Amino acid sequence: MKRLPWYLRDAIYLALFVAILLAASWALNALRFPGIAYYNRIIVMIGINITLAVSLNIINGHAGQFSLGHAGFMAVGAYFSAFLTYFYFSPLVEKYPSAQGALLVVAVLAGGALAAVAGYLVGLPSLRLRGDYLAIVTLGFGEIIRVLILNIEKIGGARGFSGIPHWSNFFWVYFFAGITVLVSFRLVRSSVGRAFLAVREDQIAAEAMGINTTKYKVKAFVIGSFWAGVAGGLFAHYMMYLNPTMFMFLKSFDLVVMVVLGGLGSISGSIIAAVILTILPEGLRMAREVLHTDKDPRMIIYSITLIVLMLTRPQGIFGRRELWQVLAKRKDAVPKKERDDAAA
Amino acid sequence: MQELLQNLLNGIAVGAIYALIALGYTMVYGILKLINFAHGDVFMLGAFVGYYAGRWAAAHANSGHPANYFIAGGIMLLSMAVCGVFGYLNERIAYRPLRNSPRIASLITAIGVSFLLEYGGQFVFGPDPKFFPTLTPKHIVHLGGIVTTNYQIIVLVVAVIFMGLLQYIIYGTKFGRAMRAVSYNFEIASLMGIPVDRVISTTFVIGSALAAVAGILFGLSYPKIEPLMGIMPGLKAFIAAVLGGIGNVPGAVVGGLTIGIVEAFVGGSQFSNFRDAIAFVILIAILLFRPSGLFGKYEAEKV
Repeated sequence: MKRLPWYLRDAIYLALFVAILLAASWALNALRFPGIAYYNRIIVMIGINITLAVSLNIINGHAGQFSLGHAGFMAVGAYFSAFLTYFYFSPLVEKYPSAQGALLVVAVLAGGALAAVAGYLVGLPSLRLRGDYLAIVTLGFGEIIRVLILNIEKIGGARGFSGIPHWSNFFWVYFFAGITVLVSFRLVRSSVGRAFLAVREDQIAAEAMGINTTKYKVKAFVIGSFWAGVAGGLFAHYMMYLNPTMFMFLKSFDLVVMVVLGGLGSISGSIIAAVILTILPEGLRMAREVLHTDKDPRMIIYSITLIVLMLTRPQGIFGRRELWQVLAKRKDAVPKKERDDAAA
Repeated sequence: MQELLQNLLNGIAVGAIYALIALGYTMVYGILKLINFAHGDVFMLGAFVGYYAGRWAAAHANSGHPANYFIAGGIMLLSMAVCGVFGYLNERIAYRPLRNSPRIASLITAIGVSFLLEYGGQFVFGPDPKFFPTLTPKHIVHLGGIVTTNYQIIVLVVAVIFMGLLQYIIYGTKFGRAMRAVSYNFEIASLMGIPVDRVISTTFVIGSALAAVAGILFGLSYPKIEPLMGIMPGLKAFIAAVLGGIGNVPGAVVGGLTIGIVEAFVGGSQFSNFRDAIAFVILIAILLFRPSGLFGKYEAEKV
């Protein structure tokens, strides 16, 4: 059978995905038991973290540009979209309640766009820097963004931004997570994605092959920060409150940990690591009862787990491979060079 | 003029502390090319050892004033020893097994160790801020027109002593020569019979001991300590190390002082809200215009 063109296939995937999501969100709404709000919240946070981890994976994993400022881009998207809905869209929705979903999408995409602009500005210094220096500069940019937000009174400053309408929900969060994942998969298989991989593997060789390395590095930053901004917007409209301390570099560290733990460059790895690392601290709540202590040992166990995992599997859970490639265990599933790198 | 000098002195006092932390960063980065994110938290550990030792000393003093320069010196040595042991274990357990893995793996492990110290600190010491005991008598000193305490002078003197000591170790001893050789090229250094592992361990011990000194000095000057106190000074010290040219010891000192002074001036101006961001602005500016730092050597990439 002849394969359908890619856009038709993607349209079918998306339609199926949306149908499943609608069914799932209907089921979630129908469920009623004590504490459902808590589980709902975890599930939504997982979706947001998947979007963030997969988008960071484009920058860190595919293009190989080590960024520690993802929380900054998320903050830009979160604050800008919240600003739009709070000041402009909320009155509109009061008049036309049915426009809420469309306006959420507009706000979230606008937040993503501004985050992409910020990503462009941060991507520029990557012309000159690499490795650890780039990491520390992106960390610096993230912190500068945070301090700037802290000093803008209009969006709450240090008090935080409250009163954001509760528009985002399970459906929208997973809808955008799904699109991010799909875009990410399509991207790696495209010429742009191939160029990313070439820059990651060997920048000088890539340049010799005629790849404009600067252009692709900046491109990776722009795409990655766009989706981070989208995730931020969804986060803002779910939490209904934003505070600059939510976007400290510790949040960026969390995201980097997800990407590295899943395996740099492995999309399914990022997703699984995002799920595990979001659930882990929640699941560890019981540790407190087991240890009979009134202090909270969750984060200690979390950090020890992190160290042990890195010591035992420095290349991440899946290395550079995807879940099904690991499961298939077929030697020809991955070119030899990639396999050796993953093993090294 | 007076205000200018006052800001300058405050800046130098903070900068000296940043410089001591920056030395640990720069030595480790020079040798392993690893940003040891846990270093700022070792600084916190040093301050807490000083806190508990200081309280113990005060409780066991026979009578009169427990604050005394000898006891303070002893507490500082104890703190250095504890942090030194921690630095050794940290390298041995968390970094050495990953020396041949991708560098990012050790970076993540460093972040893990940093989390462990921060949250472990909250668990063991409690998350609430504690008041650092006065280890030595405190009085106000008038220097020309500016008012200061003897603590700022102690901070400066102690910092200068340790910087001098480190300079001597690195450029005046056989071990220092080994250290420089390892940082230049660690494979060839090992071919020349230099015990690379031991040199790296010792570097971690020295760096951590310096962080402990910084922790105690910080506790003396800003007596509120808490388990997350190491994060910001740690980052700023790293920036100081990059500013001076990472791997370069005098550079770390100059970088630390620069950051401290600039921060003091910004903090004293109308832009005081942006105090925490200014270090990062300096960092970005320096990396854009002089990526190897003020005193770093530019290394062309070999194909």
